[in-house]
Amino acid sequence: MNYRQIMKDGLWDQNVVFSQMLGMCPTMAVTTSGTNGLGMGLATMAVLICSNMIIAAIRDFVSPQVRIPVYIVLIATLVTIVDMSLNAWMHDLYRVLGLFIALIVVNCAVLGRAEAFASRNSVIASALDGLGMGLGFTIALTLIGLIRELIGAGTLFSQASLLLGPNFAFLETTVLPNYGGVLMMILPPAGFLVLGLLLAAKRLYERHAARTAETVSQPAATPAVGCH
Amino acid sequence: MSTLAEWRDRLSYQPLSLGFIALATSAALVLANQMTRPKIVEAEERDLQTSLTEVLPAGYADNNLLKDTISLAGDDGKPLTIYRARKAGAVNGVVFRTSSRGYAGDVVVLIGIDAQGTMLGARVIKHQETPGLGDKIEVAKSKWIRAFEGKSLESPPAEKWAVKKDGGVFDQFAGATITPRAVVKAVKQGMTFYAAHREEILAANSN
Repeated sequence: MNYRQIMKDGLWDQNVVFSQMLGMCPTMAVTTSGTNGLGMGLATMAVLICSNMIIAAIRDFVSPQVRIPVYIVLIATLVTIVDMSLNAWMHDLYRVLGLFIALIVVNCAVLGRAEAFASRNSVIASALDGLGMGLGFTIALTLIGLIRELIGAGTLFSQASLLLGPNFAFLETTVLPNYGGVLMMILPPAGFLVLGLLLAAKRLYERHAARTAETVSQPAATPAVGCH
Repeated sequence: MSTLAEWRDRLSYQPLSLGFIALATSAALVLANQMTRPKIVEAEERDLQTSLTEVLPAGYADNNLLKDTISLAGDDGKPLTIYRARKAGAVNGVVFRTSSRGYAGDVVVLIGIDAQGTMLGARVIKHQETPGLGDKIEVAKSKWIRAFEGKSLESPPAEKWAVKKDGGVFDQFAGATITPRAVVKAVKQGMTFYAAHREEILAANSN
């Protein structure tokens, strides 16, 4: 397995949000601010890495006929345990993130990676895939959140110190003071709007990049063949 | 490996493997619950203590509220624990929980009322409202909840105990009306409850 490609898949080529279009529920629901997007992304990443590793470890014992219920039970259990542990040992963080944790169960990206990657690859490759996909998801959610927050409320990373601790208070910036705010950007429709525009931007960039690659190098150059 | 692959295709392997996974995950959950339960209870108690002092002005009470409690049947029939604040021996305020159904599940509010029935403060201690919209009821995210301080059932009059959209005096949030409506309703319920049981609450011996 090419570990570099795994990371690149997660961050760009197969990005959960921008390419696979998975996990739309949390993507729309919690990206009302950069901090919320970041929190949800990090929590999902933690669950994704654990679930990928467990499922890769037991992949030979799970028969194809019952694999889906097995994965769902495992993921739900994992999320519940993360929820309880956070509540017990990191209670302050839990008060901030607690709302997001239960939402991870319904993130089909977690099940999607279990099915598409972890059930066919080694534990290490799966852990890396979880990391890459999780990072890509985190970046996507934070980006959407920041855009909505900036236009909607005129701030960036507001309340970041609640999530990351007082050391990160410097992230909180008010870009537009005395800004009335655009309510629509905080409401769900703007989630679709911002996602759509970002998707279009990514497509445009990729088309542009492909065209430049064509003119610069001859067709003999390595074609991008991968498993999809 | 080939034997495992053969086994995997048998009919009896499917329910057995599913059952095994269910057993293993249940065991993991029981274990995790046992390990985290005491810590969670402890953390929630600490939260309660912090909230108790937050809904009362600084220096309002000189007793330990957690030790001076009485239990009454609440509006829903369940026992309701009432924490009493005393200054120099006399009860000068009470703190208790009240709740109402919000957008997603119950919103639990802790309210402090002085002996005459004026609000001292309110804090939301448990809710599952939408992050970024409904969670402005938390004091860490918005000052909204402080609007209750100093209010009583006479001022504003009882019918004005509602969000502005419903003709009341309390702001709703942009994009979220159900959540503040639930908080206002919960606080009003608590105030009404106190008004109805005031004598009882002030006179009862602590248990």
